[in-house]
Amino acid sequence: MLELRKDIFADERDDNLKEIGKGTQRQDMLGHVTGTSSYFNDHKLQGMLHLKVVRSTQAHARIRRIDTTEAERSAGVRRIIRGTDVPVNLNTLLSLINFGKDDEPSLAVDKVRYKGEPIVAIVADSEREAFEAIARVKVDYEPLPAVFDVEEALSPGAPVVNETYPKNTFTYHEVYDHQKLRFGDADAALATADHVLEQRYQMSPIEHAPTETNGAIAAPDTNGRYVVYTSTQALFFSVDTCAKILDVPSNTFHFIGGTVGGGFGGKVDTLTEPLAILGAMLTGRPVRYVFGREEEMQFGPPRGAERIYIKDGVMRDGRIVARKIRAYFDSGAYTRLSSYAAVKCAAHLPGPYTIPNVYGDVYCVFTNRTPATAMRGFGVTAMDFAIECQMDKLAHLVNMDPMEFRILNAYRDGDMKAHRREAKNTALIECVQVAAEKAKWPLREEYKRASSRKDGGGSRAVIPPTPTDPSRARPAAAGQQRTSYDRLPPTVTREPPREPPPPAPPPPSPRPAAPSHGATRFSSVFGTRRR
Amino acid sequence: MSKIPLQFRHNGREVAIFVDGGTNLLVALRELIGDMTPKFGCGQGGCGTCSVLIDGELHLSCLTLAETVAGRSIETLDGMKQGPNLHPLQRAFADNFAAQCGYCTPGMLMAAKALLDRNPSPSRDEVIEAISGNICRCTGYEPIINAILAAAGGRISA
Amino acid sequence: MAVTVKTFASASEAAGALSSDRSARYLGGGTLVMRALNEGDVSISTVVRAQDQALARIDASGPRVTLGAGVTFARVLAERDLAFLHAPARSIGGPAVRNMGTVGGNLFAPNPYGDFTVALLALDTTVAVQGGFGSRDIGIEEFLQARDRQAGTLVLSVSCTRPASTEAFRYRKIARIKPKGGSVVTLAAHLPISGGRIAGARIALGSMAPTQIRARAAERALEGRSLDATTIAAAASAATEGTSPSDNALGSAWYRREIIGVHLRRLLSGQE
Repeated sequence: MLELRKDIFADERDDNLKEIGKGTQRQDMLGHVTGTSSYFNDHKLQGMLHLKVVRSTQAHARIRRIDTTEAERSAGVRRIIRGTDVPVNLNTLLSLINFGKDDEPSLAVDKVRYKGEPIVAIVADSEREAFEAIARVKVDYEPLPAVFDVEEALSPGAPVVNETYPKNTFTYHEVYDHQKLRFGDADAALATADHVLEQRYQMSPIEHAPTETNGAIAAPDTNGRYVVYTSTQALFFSVDTCAKILDVPSNTFHFIGGTVGGGFGGKVDTLTEPLAILGAMLTGRPVRYVFGREEEMQFGPPRGAERIYIKDGVMRDGRIVARKIRAYFDSGAYTRLSSYAAVKCAAHLPGPYTIPNVYGDVYCVFTNRTPATAMRGFGVTAMDFAIECQMDKLAHLVNMDPMEFRILNAYRDGDMKAHRREAKNTALIECVQVAAEKAKWPLREEYKRASSRKDGGGSRAVIPPTPTDPSRARPAAAGQQRTSYDRLPPTVTREPPREPPPPAPPPPSPRPAAPSHGATRFSSVFGTRRR
Repeated sequence: MSKIPLQFRHNGREVAIFVDGGTNLLVALRELIGDMTPKFGCGQGGCGTCSVLIDGELHLSCLTLAETVAGRSIETLDGMKQGPNLHPLQRAFADNFAAQCGYCTPGMLMAAKALLDRNPSPSRDEVIEAISGNICRCTGYEPIINAILAAAGGRISA
Repeated sequence: MAVTVKTFASASEAAGALSSDRSARYLGGGTLVMRALNEGDVSISTVVRAQDQALARIDASGPRVTLGAGVTFARVLAERDLAFLHAPARSIGGPAVRNMGTVGGNLFAPNPYGDFTVALLALDTTVAVQGGFGSRDIGIEEFLQARDRQAGTLVLSVSCTRPASTEAFRYRKIARIKPKGGSVVTLAAHLPISGGRIAGARIALGSMAPTQIRARAAERALEGRSLDATTIAAAASAATEGTSPSDNALGSAWYRREIIGVHLRRLLSGQE
C-alpha cells in the first residue's frame, strides 16, 4: 500500500498535494478491459502483404553470394528486397542527435556481424508463402572468426567486428575509446587503505520479452504519403530514422502508435518500420512486418551484457577512501544505444557515496552478439548491482552493519561528487533509514540520527588534486589486507587495455556538417551543453 | 488456394467464413471476423494472450486449427460486456489497476472468466493456478489476482 | 503452397494418410503441430486429423489402465481413477494447454516438454501405434529411441499397470516458474515393494538426454534393497550415469547434472 512520509523534508515542500496519494483512473483503462485499445496489429487493411526476413545463420561471415532466383519464383512472392534496394543502407540510431557514426545496414550486404542479422526481405501474399520463399533463398557465407567476449574483443589480434569501429570500441568525441572519470588519486589512496577489495561482476544480456512482439504495418496513403502503424516506443524518433533510411522528408509518413504491448526499452530501435514502408513503396500495397516469438527472443535487441571490475580501498572505521572501476558494456555488433549506456554508466560512478578518490574507465565494446539496446536504466542497472554487492562485501570486511555502512558513506547535501558537481537533495540516508525501519532492521542511535542535510560540504566539498599522468604503482602500506577476485577465470588476462590518449579536457569535438534536419546538440550527457 | 467453409458461433452470433488450410483460430477471428480482442503474443502456447473460450473451456486460439471449431461456440473478450455495462470482471480489473500496457488483459480476462464460470468463489491459489498460463510482462500479477478475487467476492465499487 | 488438412472418420484411415506422406503431421491438441506452423516450419504441408471416438477413450476401471492418444490432460485430471497420474498432468502448461494437449502428443514433445511421458516411461507403458500396415504394441522405451522416425505412425493409445499404492509411484518436476514452466529436469519413479524390498524399480528422467530416459544405474542401486537412507544415497549418486543433458534457456547441462541427484534423493525420500 502506498504510504506518504510527509514528515521527511516537510520544510522543503509546499504541502498542497492534490493528486498524489489518491487513486486516479488511467485514461486507457476502459479500452484495455474491453479489448478496444488499438495496438499496431489491430488494423485490418485490404490487400495486406506480409514481410519476413532471411536471417544470418552465422555470427560473423563474409557474404559471397545471395541467390534469390528460386525464391523469386516461389508462389505468392510479390517482391524480394535486398540491401541495394534500401536508399540509405547504413544508419546509427543516435545520428539523429549527431552522436556516433552510421554503422548498421538495414539489410546486410557484404558481411554479417551477428547470428540473425537480416539479409533479404521477402514480401508475399501470406506469411506461409513468405516462409516458403525464405527456405529457397541461398546465402553463400565465408565464415570469419567471431568474438563473443568483451575483453577478448579488446585484446590484440581480435577479429574486427564492425569496420566502422576498427578497435572494437565506440569512439567518443572522435578520439577516445572509452569514458573516463578521474577524481583525486585513487592509486595513492589504495596504497594507504587498511583493506583493498578487488572483485569482478558480470551480467548476461536480458531480453525484454514484451507480450506484443515488435512490428509495423505500412500502407500507401494519398498524396504519396504512407500511414504507418507501429509498436514503437519512440514514435518521432522512428519517423526521423525512417526518413533518413528511406531518403525522403519525414512528412512523407503518418505514424500512428502510442499504444504499445509492453516495451521496456526493446521497441526503440526502429527495426521493422523501414522495411515495412519500403515494402509498401515497392509494391504499392499495405505491408506488415511483425516478429515471431522466436525472432523476438533470439534477435530482438536485449539489455547489453556487462563486465565490471571494482577495486576499493576502505579504512577500518568503515570509510571508503578509493574506488577504482573498469567496466565493459557489450554493445553487440552495432552501436544502437550502447554508446549512451556507457556514458550513463560513467556518470553513475561511484554510486551514491562520497568517496574522495574515484577512478573509472567505461568501454562500449563491439562483439559478434545480438546488438543491445535500451532497457529500464540501462548502463546503470548492472553497475548498481556490482556496486551494491561490493558495499555488502566491504561492510563484512570491516565488520560493520551493511545499512550503517551505507549511511556512513552516503553522499550528503553539499558534498562534491566525482563529476565535480555539488550533491543536492541527496536523501539516500533517509531512504536507508526508512528501509531499515520497514524491515525492522536495528540501527544504532547515531545512524538513526544521521541526516543527508547535516555534516555535508566543508572538506567534503573540495575537489582534490587529480593527477593527469598515468600513476605509477605504489607500494602498499604494511599490514594492508588485499582481497582479490572470488573466482578468477583462468584464461582471460587481467591486463587493462592499452592506455588511451592522455585525459586532457575533451576538446570541443569537430562539429560535423550541419545536421540536415536542423537539430542542434542538446543533451548534457554527451558533454556539449554548457551549464 | 482452396478455401474451407467454416461456421461457428462467435459471442452468441452465427458466423460463416472461408479459411485457408492450416489457418489458426486467432487469425480467423482477427483477420476474417475482425474481432481484434484476442492478441498474438507467441504462437507457441507460452503466453496466453490469445486465450478464448471454446464451448466454455479455456483454449489458446493460436494453437487451434480454425476448422476444428466448426459448429462450436467461441467466446472472446469482445462478447464480455453485458449490453452497455462492463462485466463484473472488467469492472474489477479497471478498479484494481489490473492492466498496464493492456496487451495481456484480454487473455487474462478470458482465463478469469473460465475460472469464475466454473468456480464462483475461488481461493487465491485457485486464481493463481487459473491464470498460470497467461504472462503479464508489466509484472502486474498482484493487482490482477486481487481484481479476480474482488470480482468473485462481489466487492466491486460502482 | 498452402497447408492441406485431411480429416478422417477412423484412426486407421488417418494412419494410412500419415504413413504415405512425408510432409504430413498428425494434429492432436495442436500444441506441437500448430506451433510449428506458426513459427514457419515449411516441412509440414499436410495436417491429418481423425475424429475417431476411440482415440478419446479412457479405460481406468481395472488394474490395467488405457488412455486414448487424444485424451487431454484436463480429462486425466477430471478422472478420479487416474489419481496416480494427476501430478504429471497438473505439471503441464496452464489450464488452456491442459485443455488442449494430449497424452499421445506428449510422447512427441521435445525438451523442455514431454513431462507426462516421463511418468509413462517409469510406469513401463505400452504404446499402441498404427502404421500403414496395421496396428501393434511397442514398449515405450523402444518407441522413444526411434521417436525421430515415428512421425509417420499414429499413436492410438497408451496403457500401463496401475501402481500398487500411492507410495509406489512418485513424480517431481523442477521448473523455474511456478505453477507453470518448462522442465529444468523431470523425474518419475515406480518402486514396487515386495517383502519390504524394491523389486522392479524404474526411474525415468526428462531433460537429461535428447529424449526421456531411464536412470538404469540408479535403478540397480535400488533393486532388491529396502528404501533406506543408504540405498537412496547410492541411487542419487548414480543418477547422472548414462545421461547426456543439453544447455537451453532454462538451465545448462552442467546445472542439470548437478541437481539431478539432489532431486532424485528428495523424490525417493519423500521430501517436498
